[in-house]
Amino acid sequence: MHEVALAQGIVDIVMDRSERDGFKRAKVVHVELGDLSNVMPEALVFGFESAARGTPAEGARLDFTHRPGTGWCVDCAAEVKVQTRIALCPRCGGVKWVVTGGEQMRITELEVD
Amino acid sequence: MCATCGCSGEEHDHEHGHEHEHVMADGRVVRHTHHEAPREARRIKVEEDILARNDALAALNRKVLAQAGTFAVNLMSSPGSGKTTLLVRTLRSLGDRPLAVIEGDQQTDLDAERIRATGVKAVQLNTGKGCHLDAGMVGSALPKLPLAQGGLLFIENVGNLVCPASFDLGENRKVVVVSVTEGEDKPLKYPDMFAVADLVLVNKVDLLPHLEFNVALLEENVRRVRPGAPIFRVSAKTGEGFESWLMWLRG
Repeated sequence: MHEVALAQGIVDIVMDRSERDGFKRAKVVHVELGDLSNVMPEALVFGFESAARGTPAEGARLDFTHRPGTGWCVDCAAEVKVQTRIALCPRCGGVKWVVTGGEQMRITELEVD
Repeated sequence: MCATCGCSGEEHDHEHGHEHEHVMADGRVVRHTHHEAPREARRIKVEEDILARNDALAALNRKVLAQAGTFAVNLMSSPGSGKTTLLVRTLRSLGDRPLAVIEGDQQTDLDAERIRATGVKAVQLNTGKGCHLDAGMVGSALPKLPLAQGGLLFIENVGNLVCPASFDLGENRKVVVVSVTEGEDKPLKYPDMFAVADLVLVNKVDLLPHLEFNVALLEENVRRVRPGAPIFRVSAKTGEGFESWLMWLRG
């Protein structure tokens, strides 16, 4: 459950921003999650609810935007979309591809009061 | 001036209240009126990695280690793959180098005790309920260790093939240990971990005669999630295959 640590990371960023940008409460935290990030959104929400207690992030909703995983297939010499790290190349069915994107877990925007 | 919305006109043609409806989970439709205009939430652009704080601390650790001239290796595996036994033999074989160890476990300092028996300085980190080491914990241990020019620091992470994969500790290399008493499919079941490995050690190969374990299949599965990472077959018990591992560490 490293999502608890990630949830704490989100709360830290919200607290930091509340001081810098002068708001009392965050209502929505927009989070971008790559399909190849090592994160389970449900566990992140669960961890966030407890980590946010007593902070400006309390009661905020996490809004997820999912980004597809992408890889470079060596045999196709092309960029392909992949769902998981153990997926086969959707073009040639091969395994010789390397991750090029979709590992991100970042806060993009806050909606605040 | 309108007291509700603050606009300057004496009269204006917009409504402050509005009526709207929600569809509940059970299909009921609830209709109600808000008497004041909803306040627009302010939007703030952030664009920050959730792990930004950890990564900043990891960068700091990396700087401290570089200044000391110490090379750090983060050892990760599932519980029981033989990390500590492997480490003890490794330390005994590298007696000519300045050595230090950080041990990560949820509880106890049993592993640090095993390391200290070799004469190497070890700091035990207990994560309590935590399932991985993070850069802050490692940073707190660094000042307690003798970090010397040409030295090697081994960080034995909490036995766990999921969570430690996400946390940069400021190490120079990540090594994943998998033993032949586990399944050949471990790299496919836990691809996030194997995907970050700079080196994979296949441990306990002395047991192969007693097992139905296909090492070639395991290696093929490693290459599938981490093409290009070297794989060494070793036995922490007998020392088999240690030449390659030690050479990799010295290189």
